[in-house]
Amino acid sequence: MESSIKSSKIDLDIYNLIEKMRKGDRRAVARLITKVENGGPEVSKQIIKEIYPETGKSFIIGITGSPGSGKSTLTNQIASEYLKKGLKISIIAVDPTSPFSGGALLGDRIRMKSNFTNKNLFIRSMANRGKLGGLAMATKEAIHIFDAYGSDIIIVETVGVGQSEIDIFKSAHTTLVIMPPGMGDEIQAIKAGITEITDIFVVNKMDRNEADKRVNELETMLDIAENIVVDQKNHNIRIIKSNKWRPPVIKTNAISGENVPELIELIESHREFSKTTGLKNKKLAYRYKHYVVDIIQYFQNKDIERLIFSNPKINEFIDQILSYKTGSDPYSISEMILELFSKRYFS
Amino acid sequence: MTSTEKNRGNLEIIKKEKERWTNEIVKKSLERVPERKRVFKNLSNININSLYTPDDIKNMDYIKDLGFPGEYPYTRAAQPTSYRARFWTMRQFAGLGDAKETNQRFKYLIANGQTGLSVAFHLPTIYGYESSSPMSSGEVGKEGVAIDTLTDMEQLFDGIDLSKISTSMTINAPASILLCMYLAVGEKQGVPMEKLTGTIQNDILKEYQAQKSYIFPPEPSMRLIVDTIEFCTKNVPKWNTISISGYHIREAGSTAVQELAFTLANGLAYVEAGIERGLNVDEFAPRLSHFFNSHNNFFEEIAKYRAARRIWAKHLREDYGAKDPKSWRLRFHTQTAGVSLTAKEPYNNVIRVTLQALAAVLGGTQSLHTNSFDEALALPSEEAVRIALRTQQIIAEESGAADVIDPLGGSYYVEALTNKMEEECEKYFAKIKKMGKGSILKGSIVGVKNNFYQREIANASYQFQRELEAKEQIQVGVNKYIFEGKVIEPPELIKISDEVSKEQIKNLNDVKAQRDEALAQKCLEKIKEIAQGTENLIPYILDAVKAYCSVGEIIGVLRKIFTVYREESIF
Amino acid sequence: MEKNIRCIVAKPGLDGHDRGAKVISRGLRDAGLEVIYTGLHQTADDIVESVVQEDPDVLLLSILSGAHTILFPEIMKKFKEEGINDVLILGGGIIPDEDIAKMKEVGISEIFGPGTKIQEIVDYIKSHLKR
Repeated sequence: MESSIKSSKIDLDIYNLIEKMRKGDRRAVARLITKVENGGPEVSKQIIKEIYPETGKSFIIGITGSPGSGKSTLTNQIASEYLKKGLKISIIAVDPTSPFSGGALLGDRIRMKSNFTNKNLFIRSMANRGKLGGLAMATKEAIHIFDAYGSDIIIVETVGVGQSEIDIFKSAHTTLVIMPPGMGDEIQAIKAGITEITDIFVVNKMDRNEADKRVNELETMLDIAENIVVDQKNHNIRIIKSNKWRPPVIKTNAISGENVPELIELIESHREFSKTTGLKNKKLAYRYKHYVVDIIQYFQNKDIERLIFSNPKINEFIDQILSYKTGSDPYSISEMILELFSKRYFS
Repeated sequence: MTSTEKNRGNLEIIKKEKERWTNEIVKKSLERVPERKRVFKNLSNININSLYTPDDIKNMDYIKDLGFPGEYPYTRAAQPTSYRARFWTMRQFAGLGDAKETNQRFKYLIANGQTGLSVAFHLPTIYGYESSSPMSSGEVGKEGVAIDTLTDMEQLFDGIDLSKISTSMTINAPASILLCMYLAVGEKQGVPMEKLTGTIQNDILKEYQAQKSYIFPPEPSMRLIVDTIEFCTKNVPKWNTISISGYHIREAGSTAVQELAFTLANGLAYVEAGIERGLNVDEFAPRLSHFFNSHNNFFEEIAKYRAARRIWAKHLREDYGAKDPKSWRLRFHTQTAGVSLTAKEPYNNVIRVTLQALAAVLGGTQSLHTNSFDEALALPSEEAVRIALRTQQIIAEESGAADVIDPLGGSYYVEALTNKMEEECEKYFAKIKKMGKGSILKGSIVGVKNNFYQREIANASYQFQRELEAKEQIQVGVNKYIFEGKVIEPPELIKISDEVSKEQIKNLNDVKAQRDEALAQKCLEKIKEIAQGTENLIPYILDAVKAYCSVGEIIGVLRKIFTVYREESIF
Repeated sequence: MEKNIRCIVAKPGLDGHDRGAKVISRGLRDAGLEVIYTGLHQTADDIVESVVQEDPDVLLLSILSGAHTILFPEIMKKFKEEGINDVLILGGGIIPDEDIAKMKEVGISEIFGPGTKIQEIVDYIKSHLKR
């Protein structure tokens, strides 16, 4: 039985869309993203295989922050600055899917209205569809599509809850964490890991009194973080973090645009730093390692499912379970199957 | 035995008797026929008991909490004689097509006994665009009258003596400009500013919170409002400078308590802003008026109006040091709830409007707009508008409801509910004050920027929709008693022809071609200059208006200086 | 797995009455749809651009000012020019009966007036998707 990952067929429909995208057709770009959102890795595979050689050129900025931090407005300002330089910008705005209904409300476009009709800007709203890690696999594929489409900059903007920060880090070259001033104790609530993934801290809404206080808190936290031992959970992050880059803290006002040009300068200097120190390549290696893990997990799960449900041999194992004897419990049987499985795949 | 002791003794007896009645009589009855609902609550989610007794208002002090009509704390009425001297002002909101057409509608309403004018402007005026702007496409004359320049305003009041009628104008971000146009029309008619009476809505906070017709960010918007207050205090003393409006907050889906609390908090924010400018509170507070909604829950609405008067009086006197009783006294206009009208069986709306109007009258409103029954279908037709006006006249002349002041005062239920509304309102005040670190003005602006109000309102409106779909809230003819047959056709619906737009744009261009262009440009330049400083803008806007600069031109200049506000959307 | 339906809720024209649009957005979310809300005062160009980029299954246009007679046909004309024909387009707001036929002629599939239940809209969407 051939593993589904090996098939290299491509639907004509998908191929045509890619051809159109190559000619700059924006609707084709949009439809390709819909395909990776709805079709799962079986569809994504066809697309990524075809476009991969055309990717690797975009600069990817991750932006995260708690709801109400003003990150969408700031994203719009950053995009505006880059648009002024004549660059092609794509934005992926990720919002959470409701765990109750499976639906989602995606309201980020409204804050980007001033740039709506600029043809150099492409905004795509995505629901994370409840996948672990906030940034769904589809987002990573959408990044590749925007990359192949020829975006100079891709901004991935997502709500800052838990795992998604780590996910942004996996996908972005430069990660911004946005914080509003004076929301009380949330700085304590931020996991130690945040300093590890952040390249630039932005304290937005600088017109508020508490902005300076928040900047000081962050600086203090960074001072401490430089000396602490790595958190076990995040050890894999630490390995690739260069000690030389201390995340700068900058105040902005996303509504008025104050300090946004200065923020762009910081982003650019981090970009330069990453390139010269090799950080960029480390990050890329990290990103693709995880991407590969995601892909393998997906297809292996599918293979396992197929094995369990269609392989007649399995029925013998199931019969053993049904005997209710010592050593025939579902765990012991699964261990035996897994052993056979590893032999097939990894020996 | 003193009378207090006697009262206390009585209360004990009533309490015991009520317990007995509940446990014996009611219980038995419920065993046979249970109540219709598990919980009874009003539109503010306040649970309603089956019966109210003196025990429910045992802490009420008549003199302190109710007093007498026209006296602090004004719970019973704003005026000492209330409707025994004069009925409320019957003021129907009107505006459609161009100035000429609306002028005819005004004259029709006056001929039918209306006693005040109320202007609805079309959306391009409200947002400060000229009728010729691409943003105005499809909107010219649709939801109100198209006003671009002073020429339109002259036409609007042609043949109407401004010394004899008061005019209310529903306009916010460009309020100062429309006020100036009105002053200029008055001057042409020979009516001096100090004699003109009327109201501009000029309430920008509720625009951010609910109605969404803001243009500039909150800070410059507040400056324009305070400029207007300052100018009118000195030059147009009989003008109501702000109509602090809960109507739109309610229409956006808030509860009655939210309407009450947000509106009054906004009012207090304007008071603080005036004081901050260096004005004496008693110089301007008497010219602040209010505007409430009248929705379906009859007693809740009445309690809301009574509570509003008491809360306003208390805060103005206690917190802001107002000494003039006119500063304490809350006067308000009411409009029946547009959102309660149904497109199905439109004639049923006449009955809804009647009940809502009666609630407003029993709550002591100073002026009233009754909605036309066809408004869920289109702009109101002449016949429907007349019936709406007749509704008020019937309540006034035939029902006897206007013959006694505050006839529901002293009702155990209404008093208990009035107290409850006040209590809930104060909870919101505390929240707003906390956001502003002790200042309601700062709290209001922080609340707007943090989407506090928007979120509160969105949640309430969504909850109501859910309840409606679950039939926990009933709309007769919509989710219960649905009638499938043919209903009587309403009178012919008003449609504004798209020709109005062409005509209006042509007129605008004509006015611009005929005006002294150098003077117009000079006036606009001057506004630009003054807007960047702190001097009062109103005199310069008045000059520009008289030079026939359009609303769109003046706002266009201010937009460049003040910038444009954008909200985050809250669902 | 049931397909995730993506919709855009847009408010063309100048009226600020977004209560309906927001209640619908939230209701559709709670019915399991993905809803992109584009905010107030959308021009025809804004709306077309959003549809191009977001590739939704459904577009809901809400308008209460009476400007639909001009704006709906204008929007539909732009869709035609862009060659967009697989998006289900619905209208909502105060739209007189006599205009409904005209709106359908230009390509609006259905108009939902005041008092419509959210479930009715959801059911309609699910049975009328164009792809």
